[in-house]
Amino acid sequence: MTGDLALIWPELILTIGGLVTLMLGAFAGDRRVGLYQLAALLTLAAAAAAVVALFGTDASVFSGTLAVDGFGGFAKLIIYGASLICVAVAPRYFGEAMRAEYSALILFAALGMGIMASSRDLMTLYVGLELNSLASYVLASFLRGDDRSSEAGLKYFVLGALASGILLFGISLLYGFSGTTDFAGVATAMGSGIDIGLLFGIVFVIAGLAFKISAVPFHMWTPDVYEGAPTPVTTFFASAPKVAAMALLTRVLIDAMGASGPALAAWQQIIIFLSLASIILGAVGAIGQKNIKRLLAYSSINNVGFMLIGLAAGTQQGVEAVLTYLLVYVVTTIGAFLFVMQLRDADGRMVENIPAYAGLSKRQPGLAAAMAVFLFSLAAIPPLFGFWPKYLVFEAAVNAGLVPLAVAGVVVSVIGAFYYIAIVKTMFFDDEAESAIRNDGTRLEGAVIAASALWLSLIGFLFIPMLAVAAQSAASVLF
Amino acid sequence: MSGLPILSLMLAIPAVAAIFCLYLEARPARVVALAATLVDLALGIALWANFDIGGAQWQFVERADLFGRFQWALGVDGVAMMLIVLSTFLMPLCILASWESIKQRVGLYMAMFLIMEVIMIGVFAAQDLLLFYIFFEGVLIPMYLIIGIWGGQNRIYASFKFFLYTLLGSVLMLLAMIAMIREAGTTEIPLLMNYDFPPEMQTWLWLAFFASMAVKMPMWPVHTWLPDAHVQAPTAGSMILAGVLLKMGSYGFLRFMMPMFPDASAQFMWLVFALSMVAVVYTSLVALVQSDMKKLIAYSSVAHMAIVTAGLYAFNQQGIEGALIVMLSHGVVSAALFFCVGVIYDRLHTREISRYGGLAVNMPAYSLFFMLFTMASIGLPGTSGFVGEFLSLAGIYEASSWTAFVCTTGIILGAAYMLYLYRRIVFGELTKDDVKAMPDITPREWAIFVPLAAVALWMGVYPESFLAPMRGDVTTVVARLAPAKPEGDAGLTAGKPEAAAPHGEAHHAGGVQ
Repeated sequence: MTGDLALIWPELILTIGGLVTLMLGAFAGDRRVGLYQLAALLTLAAAAAAVVALFGTDASVFSGTLAVDGFGGFAKLIIYGASLICVAVAPRYFGEAMRAEYSALILFAALGMGIMASSRDLMTLYVGLELNSLASYVLASFLRGDDRSSEAGLKYFVLGALASGILLFGISLLYGFSGTTDFAGVATAMGSGIDIGLLFGIVFVIAGLAFKISAVPFHMWTPDVYEGAPTPVTTFFASAPKVAAMALLTRVLIDAMGASGPALAAWQQIIIFLSLASIILGAVGAIGQKNIKRLLAYSSINNVGFMLIGLAAGTQQGVEAVLTYLLVYVVTTIGAFLFVMQLRDADGRMVENIPAYAGLSKRQPGLAAAMAVFLFSLAAIPPLFGFWPKYLVFEAAVNAGLVPLAVAGVVVSVIGAFYYIAIVKTMFFDDEAESAIRNDGTRLEGAVIAASALWLSLIGFLFIPMLAVAAQSAASVLF
Repeated sequence: MSGLPILSLMLAIPAVAAIFCLYLEARPARVVALAATLVDLALGIALWANFDIGGAQWQFVERADLFGRFQWALGVDGVAMMLIVLSTFLMPLCILASWESIKQRVGLYMAMFLIMEVIMIGVFAAQDLLLFYIFFEGVLIPMYLIIGIWGGQNRIYASFKFFLYTLLGSVLMLLAMIAMIREAGTTEIPLLMNYDFPPEMQTWLWLAFFASMAVKMPMWPVHTWLPDAHVQAPTAGSMILAGVLLKMGSYGFLRFMMPMFPDASAQFMWLVFALSMVAVVYTSLVALVQSDMKKLIAYSSVAHMAIVTAGLYAFNQQGIEGALIVMLSHGVVSAALFFCVGVIYDRLHTREISRYGGLAVNMPAYSLFFMLFTMASIGLPGTSGFVGEFLSLAGIYEASSWTAFVCTTGIILGAAYMLYLYRRIVFGELTKDDVKAMPDITPREWAIFVPLAAVALWMGVYPESFLAPMRGDVTTVVARLAPAKPEGDAGLTAGKPEAAAPHGEAHHAGGVQ
């Protein structure tokens, strides 16, 4: 038991850090924003360092309910990194409304996501997921005085609770028909054939998790919540929880259901459907959007669809592709949302309306260029690095024999390209908008945007060998 | 040859200059861009001069294992080398052509052109399939911005159409590349060119590549993006689009589809011939009725490129060599013609043919150059157009008489629309006052016209300079295609020269050849 505790340092650090931040908030008052922020940043950095220190470990702790392995480590690093940025950029956005709870909630959410990414038992899965979700509901409605924010929180909560119910129902079915909540045990039960109960279990579990990754047809909450939630929180929703939920889904599909045998055929077709539906709806739904946050929400749905192509392959190569995709996607998304946070109109309000970006490249050439990099990268146009993960997922799909899926995916990706280049058009081709947009970002935000744009432009390609090794060692633990 | 990584250097110089241009004011940006392209031109000439004709197939090879899954692998054969020289030759002229006509955001404009140069050289020099794809697709971004920011009235529509059309073609090619890499286990183009893919797989791969290359070429019926893009693009954008970007499609045919999928190429020969025939005649007819100068020349580009595809698919030495010369010649001549349009557009700001007339009176030097390039486009002997068209038609005739017949008709129509255009613009009465006020060409325009004219004549008079480096590569492709090559309908049989008379000087002159 004590040996097990030594292996969950990241989780312990986050728990303690979150509690300390809460206590500080209770005793030091809400004005000491810098203090909480610092506490949260240090906690996240320490947790990430602990993950790095645990690299190479491949163990199960607490009677096999939690895995400490490279796969979880890879996901956790991305999660903690994304959370770190979301804490760092928040104070400027919230201003007076910034409170200690923000930092604490992000820490608890990160803790829940870490557990999601490393769970090996249906119960730990649920605990991690709920911990993350509850923190997220509060975060979505963090601006209490703002109608849109409250609405987003409520919507997220109601639909999230429904999804949790569906997931829990699926878990109960899996448990009932396999007699265990352990992933390995469930996989063994599935190996000897899938009866109707297990099949229903699979469907419900996937449906519950599809809600978390916002795959179509469980995506309805995404545009509304993304639009309504405060932008730093939206940045958070679009990055870290996507990674956690995708890692969790991968683990459930590969570990608990099996990458071969009868279960593969059962879940593969569900994933293929989710993937195609997400790609198509994500691409088509975004076309008419005028609000940049809504548009990025559809873009995230679209990207999740592409990740699912890699997952549908059900091979190690596919999982590697998904992991690489997640990293590149998170970098791009954070960059794009930070861009959204930079711009304010004359009255100091956020500019989220896409037509207001007209002619931005004349006023803010650097910022517009960075956003163009993010958009072209999301559209997977080489030489930008966003091309590479898409290449990997298609490669995995073709190698797994899913050629029709790959063909459908690439053809729809052209539709997706349309709305990305439409924003580039607004920023670069249109005449300047009348109202002055100003950029009041901090130096830190500018640096993050510049660094991610640079990494996505050409430098990323030099990281391919490193990424490949990391993704391969992470994915190999599942096979 | 030596240890100098000349190809990487050619890529690095414009790339670095592009970054500088982004931060510079208008005037220094122009100077930096011109200097960088001139240095690249010098390097391009050095490449040509040092190319060892008859030496190794791939020269100036560079290899660096930078990306793990694929490599930074560069190298050129004769064909790629000539196309790189063409790109570096046109680039400084494009910069000069936009010296005065581009007034807004000059730094960004110059940076985009320099990036275009990097990408064009990269496409032709890449020896790795994925590296090629990255360059090939990368061209979309700068071209999209060039058309969209500095284009004409309807630029938004044109830029979207250009972007989405070409992207849709290319993504299918990407899937084919994935399948090829999986099958052959390598990303290296020289190895893939000698890999025998299973015939049924070749069919699919060929179709996927065709989707991409046919759009880039462009072939009828997927050519419709081209007139829009040309008409809306700024002059230099049209020059580079017609001069080099269209060659990427035909380069793809020659580099990928023919040597990698010989069986499928033979199987789809009829398709290429049929589409080429339609294109030559149809687009020539469309060109006849255009009232917009740029659109007319754009349609003529489609017609010329159709002769290239037909020539390539003749599968014989003459046809392919002819197609290559048409590619180079069209690269020079169409760029020159677009510049001819640009010259008078800068003065009158309209592309309507009927707004001009009688330019021969007040712009004699311009009329002379325009005449030369019109003739080169028609294919008058002594100009570059003639050599290419004659060779490729001779090659096509050997493969299919009907195709040769229809393509020749297209050339006659080509003469019709070009001469008609020339008559309406240059001859006739000089009645309009604003046209009367147009001055003849400036020294800057001279500096652009003279090299273009010199090369067009050089290629027409002594094409051997251009053909010699490419001949070996054509022979290799022809040999690669030989097993799959269908019987031509010309029914050529080897002649039976009479044996020379054993004695008697009286018979000396007869029958011996």
